Amino acid sequence: MIKHDVLIVGAGLAGMRAALEVCKELDVGLLTKVYPSRSHSGAAQGGIAAALGNSEDDSWEEHMFDTVKGGDYLNDQDAVEEYVKAAPEVIYELEHMGCAFSRTEDGKIAQRSFGGHSKPRACFSADRTGHAILHALHEQVLKHAKSIKVYSEWYMHQLVVEEGRCCGVVVSNIRTGEVEVIHAKAVIFATGGYGRVFQITTNAFAGTADGAIAAFRAGVPLEDCEFVQFHPSGLYRQGILFSEAARGEGGYLLNGKGERFMEQYAPSRMELAPRDIVARAEQSEIDAGRGVNGEDYIHLDLRHLGEARIMERLPQIRQLGIDFIGVDCVKDPLPIQPSAHYSMGGIPTDMFGQVIIDADKTPLKGFFAAGECACVSVHGANRLGTNSLLDATVFGGRAGRTALEYAKKVEFGKINGSHEKARVLDQIEEIFQRDGTESYNQIRNEMKEVMMDKCGVFRDEENLKSCISTIQGLKERYKKGKVTDKGQLFNSELYEIVELGNMLEMAEIISTAALARQESRGGHHRTDFPKRDDENFLKHSLVYPKDGQLELKYKPVVVTRYQPKERTY
Amino acid sequence: MAKFRIKRFNPEKQADPYYEEFDFEIPEGATLLDCLNHIKWNMDGALTYRMSCRSAICGSCAVKGNGHALLACQKQAAHLLKDGSDTITIEPLGNMPVIKDLVTDFKQFWEKIDQVKPYLQNNEKPPAQEREQSPQQFKKIDDATTCIMCGACYSDCQVLAVDNKFLGPAALAKAQRFVGDSRDQATRERVKELSKPGGMWDCTHCAECVERCPKPAEPFYRIKGLMESALKEGVTNNVGARHALSFVNSVKHSGRLNENKIPIESMGYFNIKGLLDLLPVGLRMLLKMKIPPIIHKPIDDVKDVQRIFEEFGE
Repeated sequence: MIKHDVLIVGAGLAGMRAALEVCKELDVGLLTKVYPSRSHSGAAQGGIAAALGNSEDDSWEEHMFDTVKGGDYLNDQDAVEEYVKAAPEVIYELEHMGCAFSRTEDGKIAQRSFGGHSKPRACFSADRTGHAILHALHEQVLKHAKSIKVYSEWYMHQLVVEEGRCCGVVVSNIRTGEVEVIHAKAVIFATGGYGRVFQITTNAFAGTADGAIAAFRAGVPLEDCEFVQFHPSGLYRQGILFSEAARGEGGYLLNGKGERFMEQYAPSRMELAPRDIVARAEQSEIDAGRGVNGEDYIHLDLRHLGEARIMERLPQIRQLGIDFIGVDCVKDPLPIQPSAHYSMGGIPTDMFGQVIIDADKTPLKGFFAAGECACVSVHGANRLGTNSLLDATVFGGRAGRTALEYAKKVEFGKINGSHEKARVLDQIEEIFQRDGTESYNQIRNEMKEVMMDKCGVFRDEENLKSCISTIQGLKERYKKGKVTDKGQLFNSELYEIVELGNMLEMAEIISTAALARQESRGGHHRTDFPKRDDENFLKHSLVYPKDGQLELKYKPVVVTRYQPKERTY
Repeated sequence: MAKFRIKRFNPEKQADPYYEEFDFEIPEGATLLDCLNHIKWNMDGALTYRMSCRSAICGSCAVKGNGHALLACQKQAAHLLKDGSDTITIEPLGNMPVIKDLVTDFKQFWEKIDQVKPYLQNNEKPPAQEREQSPQQFKKIDDATTCIMCGACYSDCQVLAVDNKFLGPAALAKAQRFVGDSRDQATRERVKELSKPGGMWDCTHCAECVERCPKPAEPFYRIKGLMESALKEGVTNNVGARHALSFVNSVKHSGRLNENKIPIESMGYFNIKGLLDLLPVGLRMLLKMKIPPIIHKPIDDVKDVQRIFEEFGE
């Protein structure tokens, strides 16, 4: 059995930031199913928000208000306040670590405009900000290699909870296939999101809900899962991300008639309205037959920015367009469509990263979460661009600190290692033994299609019911597949099957929570309930596992400074 | 119909690698990664490779396509069907041990990254806000910071193929990212360390890494940056730097290379052991009648060459 004071699963921004906190005093294991530098945080492009005021006067109050309004008032405002207040210090800390930031003429960190932010507050490194921060943190992890043990290409199967306390995880080494128990005083999940349940997504193949579902299977509810963000500018059919920075720098959205249609939907903010509003506007244009050439896409037009500006601020986007569709955005507009991007919901935590399992804030001792897999909730019903890198960094650090303080006070919990290990070995053996005729690929495709069509940008009762029943059918068919590769060595097929199991579970949770929320708010839009309903739904949803079924509960939203108002842009 | 000829290796089943072909029509716009996924999900679930972001930023899916390293997700499969050929050969990255199929062992790659102390070194107490850095100073590290650690340069590096002590292009590019950073205070120690055998001067300037780099990191240009920094810092007491300086000197004075003098100046006049090491090569050249003329004559237009040097202030 492997032992660490604190074990962190996931080595993106949140996981590595947490590790750097814990390693100041305790021994830490950092486990990832890829390599730290391959984490999906690196795909974030546009920026990280903080009211530094480097190009215009700014304040944390304005950042907070923009975040709450952007989140359609579902955010817990006590957490948002802490979060935006922490932002400048977090940026300076990253800069001191060595993170490369684009600069103003006077040598300060440059800042640009972003959707839903009333001030230019996105600090950036050209159009690869997530990459710059990810590598800066990775550099620090390498620097502290003596106190951070990294497990690259290890997969986390299961959370171990004994007598109401989390005591470790069951994992396997992807390269050797060996299953191991890691015994820890505290476990932090920083496992990212689950955009891969949707057909068109900006997410990496790794975004498969592993962490959320492991927590769920250990009895932890998942919060606000109906709120999935669709990014307005994913590449047509492929979902490859074209940063919102393209619009932050002045890019236009055009429909098939060549009109800047955002005028009809958000006249004051135009292309820089929050993502939920822009994505819905795009989908409405497409549904009304006003897509480009009548097809399911619209145009992102950057031509008027000029080559020099594009090469300075958006070089990666230009290259992506050239490589993936042969379109040079200096000369031609890019075809885009709404693409599943970010999960506002996830494992419920308090503002210190402690996982809480009900409305009374009952903690699951020894279990912490941060980043996209967690729901604090600072983003409410819709996250603003550049707020996620900030979330991962702020709450990664905080979860690390809280886990560290907890682990300093307690002994290792009791753990029945061989029993826990046997459970995972049995699950793997069961997959190897399956001898059905169902194709996992087919199941995965059907899941992604039905989630996109019926639980996507626009939803209604009939579609959601049909979606849930399709997913339930797929879950049955999933048990009747067959694996080709039964080896131990780097069996990527096996892990894809395990991940598919997680995604099917997640898809059912998302659509079930979406069916229950009979209102439209932020990223969740019901055509049969097109208005926000504060009287009945100004509350967070919690989906619990119960006897193989899903059980829905709710908890109140924390409102402090800003009373819910109508949200217009 | 395209043929995907893939190098397979699974030591659990068979000790030796072999090639297997998969035939299908490349869907319009499919990347090489899309094609690998098509094979894995429809034809052979056991085919093993790494992938994650499929947007050329995570660096997982580097493999060799038709003999050259590339990111599978970034490459249109049809573009690999050049000159009427119907076959695309896919192999694991080079200069690394293979674990299974297209999955290679990056252990040594990462160890070399570690060797260059890949983190900012600055012992001053940081200011309350950001350290200042001008846009021009940022630009000096901008390209190097785009490296995604995919290993494509490492795979195809000609020096690593014969000398695995060489740090390799990725680690050297990473080193330049700090040497060039106005906030880093360890420039001198870094370039000294990087001037040792296995470091920057072991690069043979073939620029293969520039061809293979999927990002603007283009390691060879970063290595050149390191060399400039080393000379600027006066870290010249090593074969590589002496060679570069002798080379420049020779061209400046005679418009061409003095092939008798350069090896000796590179080794250093007082480096007895190094000079003795040169003897056998010299003797073999003599025997094969390949010795350059003993009297080194300048070219006719040497004045023009010297004008170029003056123009650039050396």
